[in-house]
Amino acid sequence: MKPMMSGLTAMLAATLTMVVGAEQGVFDEYRAMMGDDNPAIFVIDEGEEYWFEPAGPNQVTFEQCDLGLGAGVVEGAYAQLPRYFSDADQVMDLEARLVFCMVELQGRTREQIHAKPYSLRGDLGTEMEALVVWIAEQSSGTAVAPAQDHPKERAMYSLGERLFYYRAGPHDFSCATCHGQADKRIRLQALANLSTHEGAAEAYTTWPAYRNSEGLVRTMGWRMRDCFRQQRLPELIMGSEASVALQMFLAVNAAGADMAVPGLKR
Amino acid sequence: MLKHLLIAWFLVTPVSGLANSAADSLIDSMTAKNQATMDRLQQDEVQRLCSKSRAEEGGSDALAATREQAMKRIEYPIDGQYLGDWASGAKVASNGRGLQYSDDPEAPNGGNCYACHQLDPREVAFGTLGPSLTGYGARGQSEPVIKYTWVKLWNTHAYNICSHMPRFGAQGILTEQQLKDVMAYLLDPDSPVNQPIDVLNE
Amino acid sequence: MAGRIRIRAQQKGDVTEVKALMRHPMETGQRKDQAGEPIPAHFIEEVTVTHNDTVVMHGYWGAAVSANPFLGLRFDGGVAGDTVSVAWIDNKGETGNGKTTIR
Repeated sequence: MKPMMSGLTAMLAATLTMVVGAEQGVFDEYRAMMGDDNPAIFVIDEGEEYWFEPAGPNQVTFEQCDLGLGAGVVEGAYAQLPRYFSDADQVMDLEARLVFCMVELQGRTREQIHAKPYSLRGDLGTEMEALVVWIAEQSSGTAVAPAQDHPKERAMYSLGERLFYYRAGPHDFSCATCHGQADKRIRLQALANLSTHEGAAEAYTTWPAYRNSEGLVRTMGWRMRDCFRQQRLPELIMGSEASVALQMFLAVNAAGADMAVPGLKR
Repeated sequence: MLKHLLIAWFLVTPVSGLANSAADSLIDSMTAKNQATMDRLQQDEVQRLCSKSRAEEGGSDALAATREQAMKRIEYPIDGQYLGDWASGAKVASNGRGLQYSDDPEAPNGGNCYACHQLDPREVAFGTLGPSLTGYGARGQSEPVIKYTWVKLWNTHAYNICSHMPRFGAQGILTEQQLKDVMAYLLDPDSPVNQPIDVLNE
Repeated sequence: MAGRIRIRAQQKGDVTEVKALMRHPMETGQRKDQAGEPIPAHFIEEVTVTHNDTVVMHGYWGAAVSANPFLGLRFDGGVAGDTVSVAWIDNKGETGNGKTTIR
């Protein structure tokens, strides 16, 4: 009886492993069926509209907004961010740069922009999400190449690395708690090891993404904000120094991998 | 020439002068929301000591001293009872809510054990950040086992300094009763954690 | 918000490619809420895609389709400038619709 039972238990363990492995396989199959389709296409169209629509008290479009490759140049811009901008004397990620253009070019206020940058559940999407995904899509297929020439750019990477390992809050979580090792998962969600090139590339090249569970496009900045919420920490301000530093950390670790956006996620 | 010397000096000086420390940066970059207040960003000794990359982790006197401190500060149940109700413990183990700014501060916190551990072998949705605890009760309920398990839950750093497991007792995440219920979930022979799957009947 | 459909229709040679994103909870009726109470079924039962005045697709959906359905289809006989509309009706009798011009 005993050998039979242990044999059956082994079979069951194998089946359970297959079920768990199948979870990953099922989602991969789903992605393959979708092909190039992605519900984010609608939000991308909206982003394009926002770029060319006069807004703010100055009633100006984004066409004079310099994302690092010259005023109005969007193709390839996402892949070279974050970077130092001399007009702001700061290193900026895309969201920080868009806020800068909204304020400086269009005359909008930070309070207005920060009042609701990201969608809440049930929303149809925000202007920032639409702009980010439209801009990022025009870097799809381009290699991630954030600048590391300026001392402030290198300092941002260094800060991002320190933030990555910073343990805090009632649960003592850092980013590294979940994202510091390979081949781990939280419940059934696989976790990328963001401290390595492979893991950082897997993550950084697939945001912004359409999230099926929410029916919304989400950005890298939003994903970090939501991580901090789950780490029991306060709310990360969009485009803030910590947001830029962590995105620099990921982008530099991912450098060389091609952007593959919009992503498609659960 | 001078300009090149200045640039060279600038490049080799520590970058800390060019950007905030991690703590200062977070204070500038975050805003309090609901129960997630800014004081959560202040690190205590364990957090400060353990905020290192894996490459930097290693034995040191500070680590050993902190581990001993953690052990000294463990709080044990005054009534001497360590085992509560495993069915309630199962709920604590499955509940992933508590202390986030999206959570109701009046609702009980969960332990979210399944985020990282396997427990009941019938539960497929378990994480792998921590070891499997299936069949934990096989080690019996001797005093050393009870004490070891309680200490691990209260403050894991007493045994395993810089572990990434939260300090469920020391940080006030779970109440004493919740901890006792989780103890029962782990140690009670009737708990599903300790019931092998009945392959012929389940 | 309820009933809104985003549609894109592109002419590719002889074929019109339509993609539509519908906002709908597509509740199966099997799920339970936090209190353990069943969440009532609420899902799209029928979808119709029309090209000018001709129905090119009529589908019977149900609980197996996930939330916020993303529909893609191709049909022939269309040209740029024609109208494509999508309409649905769910098990509660609620409806949604939208239309676009083929580009």
